[in-house]
Order: sequence, then C-alpha cells, then structure tokens
Amino acid sequence: MQREELERYAETKQQFLDSFKHHILVCAGLGCLHNDEIIKALRQEIALQGLEQQVLVRKAGCMGLCALGPVVLILPGEISYQTVSPHDAAEIIAALGKEPVQPLLIPPDLPFFTRQHKNVLALSGRIDPESIDEYLAAGGYAATLTAITEMRPGEIIRQVQESGLRGRGGAGYPTGLKWSTVAKADGAKKYVVCNADEGDPGAFMDRSVLESTPHAVLEGMIIAAYAVGATSGYMYVRAEYPLAVQRLKLAIREAEHRNLLGHAICGAAFDLNIQIRLGAGAFVCGEETALIESIEGRRGIPRPRPPYPAEKGLWGCPTLINNVETYANIPLIINRGPAWFNSLGTEQSKGTKVFALTGKIQHTGLIEVPMGMTLREIVFDIGGGIPGGHAFKAIQTGGPSGGCIPADHLDTPVSYESLSALGSIMGSGGMIVIDETSSMVEIVRYFMQFSMEESCGKCIPCRVGTAQIHGLLQKFCEHRATNADLAALEMLCDLVKSTSLCGLGQAAPNPVLSTLRYFRQEYLDLIADPAHPHLEDAQ
Amino acid sequence: MPCTPPPSPPTDKRWKTIDRAMQRHDYRPDALIETLHAAQEAFGYLDTDTLSYIATRLKVPPSKVYGVTTFYNHFNTKPKGDHTLVVCTGTACHVKGNDRILAWMQEAYDLAPGETTPNNGLSLVEVRCVGACALAPVIIADGTLTGKTGFENTIAIIKEWLGHAA
Repeated sequence: MQREELERYAETKQQFLDSFKHHILVCAGLGCLHNDEIIKALRQEIALQGLEQQVLVRKAGCMGLCALGPVVLILPGEISYQTVSPHDAAEIIAALGKEPVQPLLIPPDLPFFTRQHKNVLALSGRIDPESIDEYLAAGGYAATLTAITEMRPGEIIRQVQESGLRGRGGAGYPTGLKWSTVAKADGAKKYVVCNADEGDPGAFMDRSVLESTPHAVLEGMIIAAYAVGATSGYMYVRAEYPLAVQRLKLAIREAEHRNLLGHAICGAAFDLNIQIRLGAGAFVCGEETALIESIEGRRGIPRPRPPYPAEKGLWGCPTLINNVETYANIPLIINRGPAWFNSLGTEQSKGTKVFALTGKIQHTGLIEVPMGMTLREIVFDIGGGIPGGHAFKAIQTGGPSGGCIPADHLDTPVSYESLSALGSIMGSGGMIVIDETSSMVEIVRYFMQFSMEESCGKCIPCRVGTAQIHGLLQKFCEHRATNADLAALEMLCDLVKSTSLCGLGQAAPNPVLSTLRYFRQEYLDLIADPAHPHLEDAQ
Repeated sequence: MPCTPPPSPPTDKRWKTIDRAMQRHDYRPDALIETLHAAQEAFGYLDTDTLSYIATRLKVPPSKVYGVTTFYNHFNTKPKGDHTLVVCTGTACHVKGNDRILAWMQEAYDLAPGETTPNNGLSLVEVRCVGACALAPVIIADGTLTGKTGFENTIAIIKEWLGHAA
C-alpha cells in the first residue's frame, strides 16, 4: 500500500537525520550568495575534524532574513548566523554544542522572528528543497494521501470553501468558489494550472516558496486536480527564476518516482501529469487568460472574460488557475482543518500572507504574518524601520498595479478590503518601502514606464493610454508640466482604469491615482511656474 | 496545396536538442515557446534560419513564429556579445540606484539596454526583476550575481569586471 511505502521512506530519512548530533542548515536560495562555497567549506572542516558521523550539513530553503544573508541555522539550539562566509567554517564547527560564535549570531529575540506567524513558510529553511524524503519526513504529502484515499472531491472543495482562503495572486477571489465552478463545469478534460509568473518588480514570494518547498506547491496542485477532476497540470514559471525551475523539475521527477504524480496516484483511480512551461519575460502573462494563450504557444494577449477559464480555459477546457501561495496553503487546510485556517486573520481575509519586504528598510526579506497585522507593525517591528536615519514616506503594495500608502495610514490592518479602500491592492505580496529621499512622481513614472512597456497592445486604452500617462509624468519630472497636464493626467487615469480589457490596464493608473490622493503637493510643486518659465535653465 | 517536406536537420549537433524539444511535444504547434527556449539555449539567439526551421517543423506560419519571438522580452534575434552585463531594473533595484548605473553605462560606454558594443565584446541587458531584492541593486556579470553594494561600488565592480573581460 502506498501509505506504508511513503511512511517507510520518511522513517528511513528521519532515522538518518536523527543519527546526527548537530545539523547545519545553509540557506541555498538565490539571495544567499556563495552558499555552495560555504557548504563546501563546512564539509571540509567536518572531514578535517573527523566529525562526519556527528555533524550533517544540509542545503535548505529561504530563512527569511535575506538582508543578513548568507544565513546559516544550527539545530538543535535554533542558532542563526548572519553574513556567513566560507572562512567562518572552522569557528562555526568549533562552537557546536558550546557558546555560539558571537559576532555572527543573529539575536533570537529579534521581532523579525518573534512577530511572524509561519504556516506556508513553516518548512522553508528547515528542509532540503531537493529531497522529497526530507519533505516526507517533515509530514509532507500526508494531506495528499488523506485527500485522495479518504475524502471525496466535494468534501475537499467544501473544506476549502469553509476555510475562507482567497486567491493569493492579488485579486482575492474565493478559492473554494473557483474550485467548485471548475468541478461543476462540463468537460471530459480539465486542467489545473499554477501561476508562478511572478512579474511584479520587487516581489519574490513565489520564487522563495518554489525554491524552498516546491513539493508543497505540487501537493496543492495534486489535491486541487483531484477535487476538480483534472488530469493534466501546468506549472507556468518565469524563465528569470532558473533555480526555482531546476528545483521544480527535480520535485516533479521525484514525485513521479514515488507515485505521487502519474498513473493511479496513491493507488486510487486518479491520474495526473504536471508539466513545466517557461515564461519568456512578459508581465501580462500573469493575467490568467494571457497565461493560457502563452501555454498554448502564442503571444500572451488576454482574452475578454467571460467566458472565464474556469469554464473555458486551456484548449477550451475548464481550467483551474491558482497562484503558488494559494496552492501552498491547501495541504495545511487539509491537515489542520478549515476551522483552524478560518480562525486566523480578519473577518473577510483569512489566514496568513507572505510578503516580500524590500526597498528602504532595515530587514529586507521574506515574511509571513496573519492578515490584519498593521502596516506599522510590519514596517517598524518586523522590518526594523528605515535605515540611515531617514524618515518613512510611503509603502508601495501590489507593484505596478498597486498604490502608495502614506505614513498617516500606517495603522491600517492589512487585508484585501483595507488596502483597496486606500486605493492600493494586496497584490501578490510585494511591499516596497520608500523614504523621504525618493520623489513619488519619479517612482510613479517608473511604474508607468513598466506598464507602458509591458502593455500587450491589444486594447487601445492600455496601449495608448499608458504611453500618454507616461509622457505626462515625464513632463512633471522635468518641471515642464502645466495645470492642464494635471487635469489631463486625472482624466486619462480614469479612462484607462475604466475601459481597459484586462487587469494590467485597469490597474496601471493605480500608482498615479494613489499618489495624486496622498502626495498631490509633489505634483503641484513640479508644475512649471509661468512667471519663471526658465527657472531650471537659470539655475 | 502541396505540402513542402520539412527540411532535413542541419548537421550541427545543436539542432538535435531543438528537434528533441519538438519531438517531446509531438511537433504540436503549442510547443513553439518551449522550442524557442531550447533553440536560444543552444545558439544563444534566434536567427531567421532557426525561426524558419521551427516554423516548418511545427507547421506554424513564419509570421506567427516571428510574432511570438518578438513579443517576449526573453528572446533575442541578434547574437549577444562575448560578455553580458545584466542590470536588474526591479523596483528595489531602481530605488537603490540601478537607473544611475544604466545612465552611467550609456555615458561611459555608449551602451543602451539591449545593445552590444561594435566589437561584439559586451552586451548590456536589462531585466525586470530577478527577485533577489535583498541584494539590491543587483547586477549579473556573465552569470555571476553581485549586489548590496551601492552605486559607487557597483560601477567599480563593473569597471574591474570589464577590465578582465573587454
């Protein structure tokens, strides 16, 4: 029987791991440079000391505090070391079981660690992402076994609905509702797709999850496929994330090897094949209908909705498309129950959310917090505030589709509703902190340039509108704008927002609109003074 | 209408990897992007001969192959230089000064993103975001990622690296 077989693999692995007195986990994510050299140096030192039977060096996923990378974790003892270099190997080995190496030590009581609530990231940085057996030993694939061998598809969908999970890709559509639509849709063939086309500049949640716990995402997809009746799956990943792609490929191969993918999965009458499709550098492909076009081998140009992909998606078949983090939440809901998930978060936004905290902030990194935590807690407690004695000016959420939130609103609890009430969006989880040294208009011009260049060109409001808005913002940045330009800017933003075909165009004006709302004075200050038309030249 | 027989694969071994990519997908038209990835991996860029070959084998009109190739930023239709400098233009890298690095490259080496020096020594590429935002501003010099250094240090690294490479 499959369950016993998997348990045997897990046990063998666990026994092997337990036979070592000390474990040294080295973050082998993209953000911790030279981790391979650190691993090599540690292993050499262990061999030199003859400690091969006592100390095990393991590759691990992201530990979160990327700002202090490369990060190394010593178990047992939960000792984290920062900015480790290969030269530190001897000292680290010598300190095992004794006083930690003080200069490298990350204080364990840092609010960065204590204020987080890790569910999706619980295994990130704790297991080797390239070993399915380590994932099994940590309780991995238990949810898949439970779902496939003990639950009916309808029951799984009901649990996901009861959990209150909403799409983590940005729009926040109720996941259970999407699943039930695909399950109910007519079609002999159905597909599940994982949207890992994380295109927002300044966001790396999906990259980290895929690099750290690729099997958790696969598990979510397998359970989803079983629940909606799909037999084929696609993982659409950015080509810009080679390490994530490499680990996913390996994970799929290992899962096939363990009969968790393929034919008659877990001994049930359920088949599923998952293939990887590489993106090719088009932001618009994060939009679900453009993503479908791209998987079908065409230019990533959105289709009008309806019909929604849940009814007519890939090759006209019902298709379930969820984001990486959404899928990674599924095994947790199955294992711990919908009531547990539902108890976390706010009234309408349940669970936890992973954010990538970047920009002008002390603790750049990957964090996971319960929905409802305030932006102030995220920026100042977990993030450690602004470095260099600078002042907080705004936090940008949702990338080029989101908005900038000023200091007055730092006490807002983070949820889908609260952020959209402020004129921003939750987005996929990128949070960029901006300090007083940056011009808001310049930042907005940067985002508009992004949207302009990434517009696919299908609909006129987006293709022409983003270019016109960008031109106007350029005039502001160069002190050439007039009051009429300000009026035109507002009119165009409204037009592009309300008439574009897809989310890219509809959301592209958000950075402008939110800054016009909170930082209007910066625009006014950039309007050329008619009394001194050549003020700039004179200076 | 008579069908032109597919051209026989040229002798260069690299074509085999392209054939294998198409074969894996039973020469279905939806294998186009996957095949373009394989071809770019093999040759470094996608020239007209490669695109025509893929078009014929997958039975996709050449216009569509060209349309797809030029739609996606990742695909190049021109050869890269001997060395490649990639500058990340993600938001975190932008607020930490990579726009200044691009301006400096323009000034010092007369290179804009997407261009290659006349002697084919160096290509400058901008990417949207490599997701290593904690290391901002990030540059990738011939595949080696460097970051967390600030504008002055970053240009010093570029200069040193170009000293070795150019």
